[in-house]
Amino acid sequence: MAELNTGGDGGKGGKVRSKKMNPGVDLTAMVDLAFLLITFFMLTTTLSKPQSMPLAMPDKDPEKKIEDNTKIPEERLMTILIGSNNRVLWYMGKFDTPTIPPTETVFGKNGIRKDLLKNVKLGKTLAAKDGKPDQGLVVNIKASDKASYKNLVDMLDEMAITDPQLYAIGDITPGEIDLLKKTGLY
Amino acid sequence: MAKVKVSKKSTRIDMTAMCDVAFLLLSFFIMTATAKQPEPKVVDTPASTVLDKLPEEGVATITIGDKSVFFTIPGKELRRETLKRISGIYKVPFTEQEYETFSNMEGFGVPLNQLKGLLKLGVNERNAEGLQKGIPYDSVNNQLRDWIKEAREANKTLLNERIQSGELEPTAFKDLDIAIKGDAKEEYPTVKRVIDILQDQKKNRFFLVTGLRNENF
Repeated sequence: MAELNTGGDGGKGGKVRSKKMNPGVDLTAMVDLAFLLITFFMLTTTLSKPQSMPLAMPDKDPEKKIEDNTKIPEERLMTILIGSNNRVLWYMGKFDTPTIPPTETVFGKNGIRKDLLKNVKLGKTLAAKDGKPDQGLVVNIKASDKASYKNLVDMLDEMAITDPQLYAIGDITPGEIDLLKKTGLY
Repeated sequence: MAKVKVSKKSTRIDMTAMCDVAFLLLSFFIMTATAKQPEPKVVDTPASTVLDKLPEEGVATITIGDKSVFFTIPGKELRRETLKRISGIYKVPFTEQEYETFSNMEGFGVPLNQLKGLLKLGVNERNAEGLQKGIPYDSVNNQLRDWIKEAREANKTLLNERIQSGELEPTAFKDLDIAIKGDAKEEYPTVKRVIDILQDQKKNRFFLVTGLRNENF
């Protein structure tokens, strides 16, 4: 295949004839090698940098006094409980006297997102009535021990999509676990 | 009958253009490549719609999967400094050779008493699946807390040194960023435990490593 002729004609006197060389070099091997290397680099590269979700947790200091705690208006507080098998229970207001009773739903755009969007609107109207138009819904996410990490990220993702005024991850109370058990979500 | 003359055509094609393209692609991949680091634990992260990228450098990663926790410290110097501090706390001496190996090792997940054994292994053996069982993080033997704490302290010291020598601007000082890379199927209590460890040392802001998806889920 290779056609690179290099030799002269011995040079035994006579006319020096410049030999017509074939300028074409066989590139097959070179291309083979190049593609081999391309394959190697494609397979070992991580092209996409991983995405990330910034998360800020509330300060947890046992010695800190709780005097500077700002009261959250209960009618604007939505609590989301995450049970087992990707099922969710939410209510508005206090646990004992909810303004909207516990409602069961699922993850995704046809489940919790519809409720969240409705409640975000409701929160805005309630806050405007209070004379605080820059405030809105406050969401407390409480995952039970049966929830998975994916559930938590999904819920935080819903927060990023529906954009309530404030959201936080809280610890679930025994009463709420009982409620989940009663409704068969635990 | 007249002979049908089959014209003898050359079977060779000009490879020049193909060669050019191949090498162009090759240069592109070499320049953009960051080699995939071998990980002791491969996890499948959950997806989210948030478009923020993880900072490229200086992020310590806590990998959680199958109830075991792994820790990745960024940077050679930081790894060495962290191990020095850990060695001081737990009174486990390490040789210079072991420091060198550790500073070249990305992530790890073994209790401290198995670390020496791990450092003796080669890179491929070390990252064999199931070999590393995770760093203990229960309340009795909370080594994960110490690793995180010492890594943050070491980061602080190293940055201060570099600022004092004039290598960095004082504004470059920041606390070590921490990212949690959890498996999607991981149970919530394990993740909660790790978040609690971070909160206990007043690390309230961190990243969750996620994949990408659109809003229609």
